[in-house]
Amino acid sequence: MTLLRQTDYSYEDLGKLMTLMTGDEKHSFSATSTLDVVWTLYDSVMNVDSSRPDDPARDRFLLSKGHGPMAYYAVLAAKGFLTTDQLKSWGGFDSILGYHPDGELIPGVELGTGSLGHGLGIGVGMMMGLRLRKQDKPRVFCLMGDAELDEGSNHEAIAVAARFGLEQLTAIVIDNTSASYDWPGGIASRFENEGWSSATIDGRNREDIKTALTQSHPGVPHVVVAKVEAK
Amino acid sequence: MPATMREAFIESTGRMLESNPDSVVVLADIGVSQFRDAGHFKYSGLEDKFAERFINVGIREQLMVGVAAGLAKEGFRPLVHSYTPFLLERPYEQIKIDFAHLGLGGIFVSVGASFDTASSGRTHQAPGDVGLLKLLPDFDIHIPGHADEAAVLLDHATSGEGRVYVRLSEDTNAVARPVEPGKFHVERRGSLGAPAVIAVGPMLDRVLEATADLDVTVLYATTVMLFDGWTLRDTGATEVVLVEPYLLGTSASEVSGALHDRPHRLLSLGVRNMELRKYGKPEDHIRAHGLDADSLRDSISRFLSLR
Repeated sequence: MTLLRQTDYSYEDLGKLMTLMTGDEKHSFSATSTLDVVWTLYDSVMNVDSSRPDDPARDRFLLSKGHGPMAYYAVLAAKGFLTTDQLKSWGGFDSILGYHPDGELIPGVELGTGSLGHGLGIGVGMMMGLRLRKQDKPRVFCLMGDAELDEGSNHEAIAVAARFGLEQLTAIVIDNTSASYDWPGGIASRFENEGWSSATIDGRNREDIKTALTQSHPGVPHVVVAKVEAK
Repeated sequence: MPATMREAFIESTGRMLESNPDSVVVLADIGVSQFRDAGHFKYSGLEDKFAERFINVGIREQLMVGVAAGLAKEGFRPLVHSYTPFLLERPYEQIKIDFAHLGLGGIFVSVGASFDTASSGRTHQAPGDVGLLKLLPDFDIHIPGHADEAAVLLDHATSGEGRVYVRLSEDTNAVARPVEPGKFHVERRGSLGAPAVIAVGPMLDRVLEATADLDVTVLYATTVMLFDGWTLRDTGATEVVLVEPYLLGTSASEVSGALHDRPHRLLSLGVRNMELRKYGKPEDHIRAHGLDADSLRDSISRFLSLR
């Protein structure tokens, strides 16, 4: 009998899990910009359980940028949402794991993303829904890239999330300096000007990531800008 | 009885909000005042009464659709509403990804139709709306031709679960028909195998005037997706005229599909795909696109003479 799901993986196993997808032994998994943030979220911040992926009380994670999802898939496998066999099928016709994720196919994945600039607006709507249901515990985390902020749709959402006072909404911007043009004054200021709380941190320091993702910010949404090495 | 489709819309939205606690309205400024000050309507002051379930995101149409999808994801039944171009064309990818790809349901209700606000110019006109939505899977598309029909189709949309588009217009037929969502209404039956003229929504009265003394079967379509090909087949027609209040030929492929095993001829009449660059009144545009009764009669007669 095959053990289908294994959940006793550690951070150190993520490289091995990612290799199941890439097949590249030399692939430097630590270079994946989202790895430390996504691991920290699933390991020590979010209330999620692979045995109850649709629990209404769960925290919601939205991989808005959708790109480079191997780290995400590896974390999902480490936390019991995916099997190693499913990782090996990555990108195949019958696989549930594509180069951009499809929430209709993967248990525990909320959205189908890949076209930039969709996650935060949906996240605002999910928060409004949770508010209507008087659910004040679940949080919504929306992970974006610094270049993804080029999309104007994000700025519609940034403004309104603050006006609506969506305290349980957290945006995470992985900043690997990949935007074609810089953001004078910094990325965090785009959110702060609209009334968000912010933290700009080293996106490789998992203690700092956890601190930034769990700090108090009463009445306003929160953005964590996680700086990593330039792409 | 509602006097206009807009009034029918406000009343139907009131029924939806009262009967379904999971229903919610998402707006991008347009429509806010009419829900707030509905005046003499039975359902006045809806926005006050159901304040929590009216979400206005300001003039941000991409966000309007994204927020509606997020609400649908959390189990709500969202209704989004604006002028046709701002409801569908500007946030088209949000409809494609946030609703269709994520497998979510919602109700899209437009006002403005093809050129209700003719004097506002091209920016407020969207004759390609139905064609655009047809490109996405599983959208029910309703084109009421009268305020009472709008009420029926809107109530059907709000009580269902899928993705639905209801296209409201100021152009209406004089009398409502007993419409059934998803079915064509047989308005007038010609002899067996006589040409079939399909009049979509507000085109019916002009089609009836244009074909008054012709031996044709007139079908009245208020739902065009799904397309009621069975009723068309049952007429036995091998000559079909499709008269649409939006881009001509929008449902031509459905006509051909319904008659795929039967040699047939098709004439598509509707809004021409062009930059007209004219203002004026809606009836001026009806004429400019050859959709007034006299022009329709000429086009249909010429088509039927080519036998």
